[in-house]
Amino acid sequence: MLKGTPFHPRTSRLCQAQNWRRWAGFLAASSYELTHEREYHAIRSSAALIDVSPLYKYLIRGSDAERYLNRLLTRNVEKCAIHQVIYGPWCDEAGKVIDDGTLQRLGEDSFRLTSGESNLRWLLDNANGLRVTVEDDSYSTAALALQGPSSRDILAAVTDLNLDELKFFRLAFSRIGGVPVTISRTGYTGDLGYEIWVQAPHALQLWDLLLEGGRPYGITPTGLLALDIARVEAGLLLIGVDYVPTTRAIVESRKSSPFELGLGWTVRLEKNFIGREYLLEEWRRGSTWAFKGIEIDWLSLEQVYGEYGLPPQLPSTAWRMSVPVYAQGRQVGYATSGCWSPTLKKYVALAHLRTPFAKQDSRVEMEITVEHQRKRAQGRVVELPFFDPERKRT
Amino acid sequence: MTDAFDAIVIGAGHNGLVTAAYLAKAGLRVLIVERRDLVGGAAVTEEVFPGFHFDTGAHRVNRLHPSVVLDLGLAAHGLELAPCDPSVFAPALDSPHLLLWRKPQQAKESIARLSQTDADRWANFAELISKACGFLEHAYDHEAPDLFSRGLGERYGILRLIRRVRRLGRPDMTEVLRILPMSIRELLDEWFESELLKGTLGSLGIMGMFQGPMAAGTAYIFLHHHVGRHGGALRSTTRVRGGLGNLARALAGAARQAGVEIRTGAEVEHITIADGRATGVVLSDGQQIAASRIISNADPRRTLLELVDPLELDTTFLRAVRNIRYKGACARVNLALSELPQFSDGPADGSHLRGAIAIAPSIEYLERAYDDAKYGRLSREPYLEAIIPSVTEPELAPHGRHTMSIFVQYAPYHLEEGFWDSSRREALGDLVVRTLTRYAPNLESAIVHRQVLTPLDLEQTFGLSEGNIYHGEMTLDQLFIARPVPGWARYRTPIKNLYLCGAGTHPGGGVTGAPGYHAARQILKRSTL
Amino acid sequence: MMAARTGYDVVIIGGGHNGLVNAAYLAKAGRRVLVLERRDRVGGSAVTEEVFPGFKFSVLSYVVSLLRPEIIRDLELPKHGLEILPLESTFTPTPDGDYLVRWADHDLTRRELYRHSPRDADAYDDFGKLMYHLAFAVKPILGIVPPDPTSRSPRDMLAFLRLGKHFRDLGGEQMHALYKLMTMSSADYLDEWFECEPLKATMSASGIIGTFLGPRSPGTAYVLLHHYMGEIDGAFRAWGFAKGGTGAISEAIASAARRHGAEIRTQAPVMRVIVKHGRATGVALESGEEIYARKVVSAVDPKVTFLGLLEPQELPEDFLHAIRRYKIRGSSGKVNLALDELPSFTCKPGFGPHLRGAISISPNINYLERAYDDAKYGDFSRQPYMDIVIPSLIDPGMAPPGKHVMSIFVQYAPFALKGGWNAEKREAFGDTVLDTLAQFAPNIKNIVLHRQVVTPWEMQEEYGLTEGNIFHGELALHQLFFLRPAAPWSDYRTPLKGLYQCGSGTHPGGGICGASGRLAALTMLKD
Repeated sequence: MLKGTPFHPRTSRLCQAQNWRRWAGFLAASSYELTHEREYHAIRSSAALIDVSPLYKYLIRGSDAERYLNRLLTRNVEKCAIHQVIYGPWCDEAGKVIDDGTLQRLGEDSFRLTSGESNLRWLLDNANGLRVTVEDDSYSTAALALQGPSSRDILAAVTDLNLDELKFFRLAFSRIGGVPVTISRTGYTGDLGYEIWVQAPHALQLWDLLLEGGRPYGITPTGLLALDIARVEAGLLLIGVDYVPTTRAIVESRKSSPFELGLGWTVRLEKNFIGREYLLEEWRRGSTWAFKGIEIDWLSLEQVYGEYGLPPQLPSTAWRMSVPVYAQGRQVGYATSGCWSPTLKKYVALAHLRTPFAKQDSRVEMEITVEHQRKRAQGRVVELPFFDPERKRT
Repeated sequence: MTDAFDAIVIGAGHNGLVTAAYLAKAGLRVLIVERRDLVGGAAVTEEVFPGFHFDTGAHRVNRLHPSVVLDLGLAAHGLELAPCDPSVFAPALDSPHLLLWRKPQQAKESIARLSQTDADRWANFAELISKACGFLEHAYDHEAPDLFSRGLGERYGILRLIRRVRRLGRPDMTEVLRILPMSIRELLDEWFESELLKGTLGSLGIMGMFQGPMAAGTAYIFLHHHVGRHGGALRSTTRVRGGLGNLARALAGAARQAGVEIRTGAEVEHITIADGRATGVVLSDGQQIAASRIISNADPRRTLLELVDPLELDTTFLRAVRNIRYKGACARVNLALSELPQFSDGPADGSHLRGAIAIAPSIEYLERAYDDAKYGRLSREPYLEAIIPSVTEPELAPHGRHTMSIFVQYAPYHLEEGFWDSSRREALGDLVVRTLTRYAPNLESAIVHRQVLTPLDLEQTFGLSEGNIYHGEMTLDQLFIARPVPGWARYRTPIKNLYLCGAGTHPGGGVTGAPGYHAARQILKRSTL
Repeated sequence: MMAARTGYDVVIIGGGHNGLVNAAYLAKAGRRVLVLERRDRVGGSAVTEEVFPGFKFSVLSYVVSLLRPEIIRDLELPKHGLEILPLESTFTPTPDGDYLVRWADHDLTRRELYRHSPRDADAYDDFGKLMYHLAFAVKPILGIVPPDPTSRSPRDMLAFLRLGKHFRDLGGEQMHALYKLMTMSSADYLDEWFECEPLKATMSASGIIGTFLGPRSPGTAYVLLHHYMGEIDGAFRAWGFAKGGTGAISEAIASAARRHGAEIRTQAPVMRVIVKHGRATGVALESGEEIYARKVVSAVDPKVTFLGLLEPQELPEDFLHAIRRYKIRGSSGKVNLALDELPSFTCKPGFGPHLRGAISISPNINYLERAYDDAKYGDFSRQPYMDIVIPSLIDPGMAPPGKHVMSIFVQYAPFALKGGWNAEKREAFGDTVLDTLAQFAPNIKNIVLHRQVVTPWEMQEEYGLTEGNIFHGELALHQLFFLRPAAPWSDYRTPLKGLYQCGSGTHPGGGICGASGRLAALTMLKD
């Protein structure tokens, strides 16, 4: 049997759909209700409670911790203040992305790194000879994402924390009904939201307190199907879907640099980190690939489907596969995730594009299968994210 | 910059001295910093007890790279090599002894007392070994090939190596290729039947190794120790007259003459690095010395894991360096003797004491000695190789007295329980004396002084990681293109201007000067003067 | 009475799986082929025998590992009854009452490894990826006739250059990893990756199977690759049981061969190869019958072929010398048990999916190394390494309903046992195996209905494996590739015209692989 997360006794009771998927060796609810629509709208209009415990979590402590993390991450960790959170990738020696995640600075010499894949061997092997300890916290710490416009009100109702002072990408230590928690203003939805980190033995108590306190605000246990749509709208990368981590890439061409994933902003070439030499070279020369959004023209969709006497039929969930993207009659890239955005009322996709075709508003065509025939729908390249509400950071 | 050196060599081991001398001869301003108060590294002669001089580290020379001897004029600086004859004396408790003389005919006569068949095969075996070594000699005289370079020079080098092995002719070439991965036991079993002969020869296949004679790859080590020994003398022993310290003195003399500055008592605390380039060293007293190149004669672990900030090296490289196996397995016992040992079965003229004395009665004896070590225990019946230099050079000891150096194997660095404390050190000394006394009953009573160097002592005295005398095990996977780590066999490191020149690089351990020679050539190739 | 038969293109000595593969390929190409098998059934070491009424055993070779997929396809073996059932997990009990299981499911295996060592759980994936790459790199070698680097013939030189280029193209990282893999001991190699003892020991055990080496002996690392081979050559999940036992594989190949017109005779022991005018022209059977053919192929091991079936004067002295010193020390035995019920392991009592896979008695590297130490000096291991399977759990037809058969591969059992093998020693060996197993599964002694013990001696006497070596010669670096069985005769030809070899004693050798039989056939068809 696969493992349930520390919230499993609760989530399994709530999961009417019995629709589970695997996430890092855990069972994770795809949706709790029979359809995920209400859960999606909770993210965007009220508050969604998502069990994100399967994330890998590492506690990194010691007087060399900052130096060490600064060597690993492309971001400048020296600039990460205490109780700040930064997001970024880390690379192998050739400057290709191993994984990406958030780094919480819990104290001067104390950090928590989260990631989508296991990185323990990499973290340990790089810590040798340094005054730093790496502790895999994945199983002992559980995590909930509370995301959506009402999330602040819910937290205000259950903690004493002054939430106005908890800015975007900051964290605070607090208690919820006596349960000690770390609350970070972060998330994977591109909306106002928080992630709450708790010791596994307190997980159920926390869940109950949040559901109870959040009921007046419409708190909704939410599964991964809804989350996936939200993260595509927010233009957030998913490891293993939008890029192949170097540790899993069988051939070189499957690997990506941070520049090629639209993460150039995280790369601080002025400092020394693993992969810097190659990234400096890539920065000078320019990248071959770019990672962008594609918006498909509705009219084009109507036309393509119209040929078969059909209205556009779009999937209700986000898809994850490789879909060819064309420009000027030849393939110039491939989309890796996409969905119908219920909020934007647009069909959108995340795509790897050859640099010359990746400029804002460049015209592209994306393959779309209509009645077993491969067709191409017209679209344009846009900068990410697709959806970026003001409330996220204010 | 006037006060900066062109090169600093860390460690005045014999390879460091060679590299420094070559660089200085090419016009570089070179400084050697040596932790100890004397130069030579593990090639030193020390007056351990008043009037008694011992080679405390290595006690024999392998083949000195011929260019080194000529280019540095070592003979003029006082180097005199003294091949021992007989090469080795192997006493036995239950059979006649074995004396391997340098002259094949003489050796054959001694072998015939053990086995006529073996004696008849001796010449052919010697010929095979010499052929195989001819190929290795070529490989050692050049840098390890870079298999991935597309440069013409590199390709030519590889072709030259292939041509060299092809020159052996088809059957011999097949034979050499077949031997390389074999165990010394398998090789010797194909040729000989005398256990004493096989044990005595086989011991050379395990010397300094954490392997038994039944382990694949030990045939190669046997060959390694025969490289450059011409004329059919197998298992020969060559000493430096006056002790190995004289080699160090000759090298230091040549280096100083070329303009090298040598500072002893100067321990490097770390190597300074700026923007991925080595820029100098900081000594333990805090003094900083800048140089445009740093060359380390210390082993790869000391250099890359202890003297360099780990954040300067990439993960994959660090993993490879951490994975270098050291696993020292030998110890030294030096005895000051009031009289010569009398071996029960020794020839009356005492000629047997002029060369090495090997206690290796059979392959099984050696393998059982290894069995103990495998599980972290000192061999109950260890392999011993002793030498009594004062027999031919009385000045090494007070009048009428003698010095005996004993190489002991296996004494594993990593013990199953505990570590090498003083009680274990003395137990090791006792065991060695007890073992030898079984062959030479007067030995125990002849001992005036005793010095025991455990693997931990070797590490602490000579800076040899885990007491490994070769700066890293000489197994096939850690040789040639994989020495010190795969892909970095050219004396460079990922840190620009930081080089290695010690036995941890191709072609490896033993007193040869070859790593130092190749390192200097590579460094000069990259320098625009 | 002397009868002489002619008219065959090829006569094959030995109806083991390689001989049968060879026959099938030749027959398929239209040759008239006769296979001569000494025993009363085909298969050689790949046989299923009903040793005790109702209990069927794969007496010697017991799992399918590297059977070349092109052979399965070319000979359409599934049509002839071949069905391979998956062997999904490996269960290693440890003396401290714990265990390690590697399951077919990645997440489950990961979690199990994590329980022992969190770092190893990561390293295991990284290791798997590297092995996958390397297996991909090495694969071409298994499928070619090995070129001889000492040869100056354009064919060999070209093949060697091609091989050189192939390896150069791998790039530094993989090339270097391969270099280390070829030269290191499995213990040292795994030490670079892992810290979990039962994991290292169980993985390294695959490197010592059938060799006379311990896990700390250099040269044992490269066999680690074999476990990953199946993933890349179209035989995904290649590890498994043949339905009906390994004999079913032989039967399927025999059936394919017959279908193409090959003739197979059992109980037809060959006494010698007939040589006329420096050419092999046929064989003489022990019955006195002589059979002539244009070509003779031997599927038996090199020692039997060249030292047993031929007079020394028929072969050049240097070749004979090479064959005489060819190392073929047997080191393993087999214990087959008929069980009344399933064994119950102390660390994981009762029935569970862990019993359906391999059960490996290899708790740590020192355990294996100590087992080897005993063998070095001529004893069988007091605590042997054992690879155990219970085929009746996957293929119920192997035992009467509710009963089970257990196959135990045991190492080390040296052929050259001090004082030699006899019935008493054989049973003592069987007792040692049960005593050792009982330390992990205490009920084992109470549930044994019948026991068959096969020592290297029986392997030689009954199955014709010289010194009981299951691979027809040790798989050591100096006996592989162009040196197998002896250079320059690694291309399935022999110094004697008209005589070929196609057994495991030729490249690539070992296991139920079939490549030797196939490559020999392709070479013969060229001549």
